[in-house]
Amino acid sequence: MKVGVLALQGAFARHLKVLDGLGASGVEVRTPGELASVDALVMPGGESTTISMLLDSSGLRRPISERLSSGLPVLGTCAGMILLAARVTDGRSDQRSFGAIDLDVQRNGYGRQVDSFEAQLAVAGLDEPFHGVFIRAPVVERIGEDVEVLAWVDGSPVLCRQGTVVVAAFHPEMSNDDRIHGCFLDWAFAV
Amino acid sequence: MTESNRATGTQLVKRGLAEMLKGGVIMDVVDPEQAKIAEDAGASAVMALERVPADIRRDGGVARMSDPEMIEGIKEAVTIPVMAKARIGHFAEAQILQALGVDYVDESEVLTPADEAHHIDKWAFTVPFVCGATNLGEALRRISEGACMIRSKGEAGTGNIVEAVRHLRSIIGDIGKITQAESAELFDWAKRLQAPLPLVQEVADTGELPVPMFCAGGIATPADASLVMQLGAQAVFVGSGIFKSDDPAPRARAIVEATTNFADPSALAKVSRGLGEAMPGIELGSLETRLADRGW
Repeated sequence: MKVGVLALQGAFARHLKVLDGLGASGVEVRTPGELASVDALVMPGGESTTISMLLDSSGLRRPISERLSSGLPVLGTCAGMILLAARVTDGRSDQRSFGAIDLDVQRNGYGRQVDSFEAQLAVAGLDEPFHGVFIRAPVVERIGEDVEVLAWVDGSPVLCRQGTVVVAAFHPEMSNDDRIHGCFLDWAFAV
Repeated sequence: MTESNRATGTQLVKRGLAEMLKGGVIMDVVDPEQAKIAEDAGASAVMALERVPADIRRDGGVARMSDPEMIEGIKEAVTIPVMAKARIGHFAEAQILQALGVDYVDESEVLTPADEAHHIDKWAFTVPFVCGATNLGEALRRISEGACMIRSKGEAGTGNIVEAVRHLRSIIGDIGKITQAESAELFDWAKRLQAPLPLVQEVADTGELPVPMFCAGGIATPADASLVMQLGAQAVFVGSGIFKSDDPAPRARAIVEATTNFADPSALAKVSRGLGEAMPGIELGSLETRLADRGW
């Protein structure tokens, strides 16, 4: 099974490292051709405005949207969560998201970089806490009925799942801990 | 809302923002209008400063931290991270920038140094710092002082890529040599580089700097961005190169595209077309002040 990592901008190399450690075959995705060959996709952290612009210029926006509609499993972290949300508040007026998961997010909802933080998270399904790294992270403002919340910070959802769409407000690729990527692969490729 | 068990200002969150900026372009801007143009063009962050390096060179005099009002204006104008520069060793300017809520402080040789022996103790801050380096020893000294991102210095305000290439090749070349060295040789490496031994040992183990390494100083075209990315830079800073060119918006966008597609020459050929005149460059031999020599 081939897992693509959207490599337009941001922390994509870290995700590839984690995927390699799990024995998944990870590939960088910058073109529609590269997208066509993958069985699952990771949308990394980075600047969502930059990635959004590059989604248009690379010609990836439409094929990603089509693959998502037909059930492509996807893991979105931070900027990736923003791009997969149904609605984005406090973004740019021209920013568009894929609406792959039924939740709304506020960009940089936790504040600026001086407010970025680390926190221990209790994650549903994991025995031990997961160390979450939040960088200018988005805040989830609304969740739909079909969205399962797997972890919370101070009353806000920070890890959510709807079928094979998984989104995190934090950066599991930054914690030297592959359990969240492992769960994603299990859900993505469950028989 | 209780803020249970949150730890702010850690090395991980400071280096983390640098990770998020990889593969992107950080653009120098002097007012909110330029900041909007930069964001529209796909900049992953902006650097707020009063004059771009080319103008600092032209005007001379002492170059200082920007007016807080101007920095606030730029923060209001864009949603992407905003960086700002403090003078080398000027920890009071850095304290003010932290209080303003900027996302990264650049302790920069482009401004006039405030201390000829000491850089800022960057461990004392919640806001992360980026510092310039011309060689591996300088990079590791800055990291030992708490820098969370290194940028090769190049020669700012010249539109000439030659110094950036020299510095990148020096840093990456020495990293390569250190990974080949026997452990007994690392003591001598630390002595020659004037860098802390534990950091030299870490570089030997991992084959890379402990923090992300970006490139600055002289990038003026999409091809320049591709060159430094192919040499091993993980993102680029563009200073005078955008707003001193004929037509900043398309050039900014082309440099963003080139940084993403740095290894794809046909994509580079496409984005390099019809951009108008690049900023007029300066031959290094004609320089009176070498900014890269500032920093200790």
